[in-house]
Amino acid sequence: MTDLISTIVAKYNYWIYITLMMIGLYAMIAKNNLVKKIVGMNIFQTAIILFYVSIGVKKGATIPILEHGHGHDAQHVVHAMDYINPLPHVLMLTAIVVGVATLGVALALAIRIYNNYNTLEEDEILAQIRKK
Amino acid sequence: MKIVGLIIVVVTGTLLIYTAADFPAWSDPSSPASTYLSPHFIEKTMEETSVPNIVTAVLADYRGFDTMFETTVIFSAGVVCFFLLRISRREEPEARYYRHVLTGVTIQLKEGYKIPPSADFEQIDDDWTPPDLIIKTVCRILIPFIQLFALYVIAHGHHSPGGGFQGGVIMGASVILFAISHDLRTAVRRISEKLIGIFCAVGVLIYAGTGALCLLLKLNFLDYSALAGLLHVDPVTARSHGILIVEIGVGIAVLATMIWIYNNVSSAGRYRQGL
Amino acid sequence: MIWPIDLAILTLVVVAAIGALTVKDLLGASVLFGSYSFMMCLLWSVMGAVDVAFTEASVGAGVSTVFFVAAVFRTTRRTRD
Repeated sequence: MTDLISTIVAKYNYWIYITLMMIGLYAMIAKNNLVKKIVGMNIFQTAIILFYVSIGVKKGATIPILEHGHGHDAQHVVHAMDYINPLPHVLMLTAIVVGVATLGVALALAIRIYNNYNTLEEDEILAQIRKK
Repeated sequence: MKIVGLIIVVVTGTLLIYTAADFPAWSDPSSPASTYLSPHFIEKTMEETSVPNIVTAVLADYRGFDTMFETTVIFSAGVVCFFLLRISRREEPEARYYRHVLTGVTIQLKEGYKIPPSADFEQIDDDWTPPDLIIKTVCRILIPFIQLFALYVIAHGHHSPGGGFQGGVIMGASVILFAISHDLRTAVRRISEKLIGIFCAVGVLIYAGTGALCLLLKLNFLDYSALAGLLHVDPVTARSHGILIVEIGVGIAVLATMIWIYNNVSSAGRYRQGL
Repeated sequence: MIWPIDLAILTLVVVAAIGALTVKDLLGASVLFGSYSFMMCLLWSVMGAVDVAFTEASVGAGVSTVFFVAAVFRTTRRTRD
């Protein structure tokens, strides 16, 4: 039992990331308003980026910018365990920028839908479509 | 719909919690993610590319193909926003409203008549609001410093956090600030729509063009050590300069796309009156 | 990696996310989304990911919030849920 408790306490960050992801997923499925769905999509995306970036953390290491990095005569030996893992940062930079591009397209679609149906609530839009 | 959503969320959450129990503990230096490939990047970046910022080196040199297609994704998002929203059909001639700047008198002209742009009269629309002197003055003072900072971020991407994306977004944000504090018409008159579209494409062209240039000089696509002959430096410094060139290309593309998307979204395609 | 700061900011992040989805005013939802984005940026700088934090600060808490406010301005501001 204490083993289970210590596992739960040691990995508290994973539970919070999963909570955040599920909040975003619930908003995308169950909310009626289109802008709230878009906000839920962004929450989901940033929660996944948070999960990936947290994989690269190392205890007692520093940020991934090499010290003594000026000039070619700085031939210090670099130990890999002094710096945190830079690969998840690279992948997540791409993910953030693609996320903002998706946000722009989603908002443009929402404006077009509003121009056509004069409302942003999903059930009213579906009722108008069924009536036509 | 809410009950279905709740059931899906609970089931997925339980599955994820069950699998997360097997993950390595947090900030463990010997986790599999930190021992497979990243020691090679950390140790070899300085002697192969002479760029201290490891993230910039991996983003623009070792994984440069991904970044090129990401720039293309940004460009296509701007193009999609333009196609979705922009209305440019010849609307039927309607009454225009003009306002005399000095006295505040509003006049309305009948259909078809218009006043050429002059310093005394400005054209207003239905949702015009009077500009605030404090906001206008403060933004006019701040915008050059924001642009200078954006150029600094792009240029120092090698030695400090930053790079092409961040600098491009900050520069685009400065132009958006100008469009918010003054009028959207004023901003579009300074930086026209055609120029923004051309900038967007030129950014992607710089990136892909550098890669093709390396291909023409008999090495792999996006292998910047081929530029050593052109720039008269050794191959390691040529990689550093190649990274700078593609970061500039990425910055230009991102800057133009941010302005383009803002123009289209905030005026719903009509380009008459923004926020 | 200071775990009390980490836990405090994580709690604020969850509160901001739930708040952005619950308010009935879309302008308030976009401002809360901007604050959620900025809390994420703080989290990542505590973890040591400075490039990712810089990008999120400029893109998420800057340009993304402006897009939301512009879209809310062009459509409606009230919502039922």
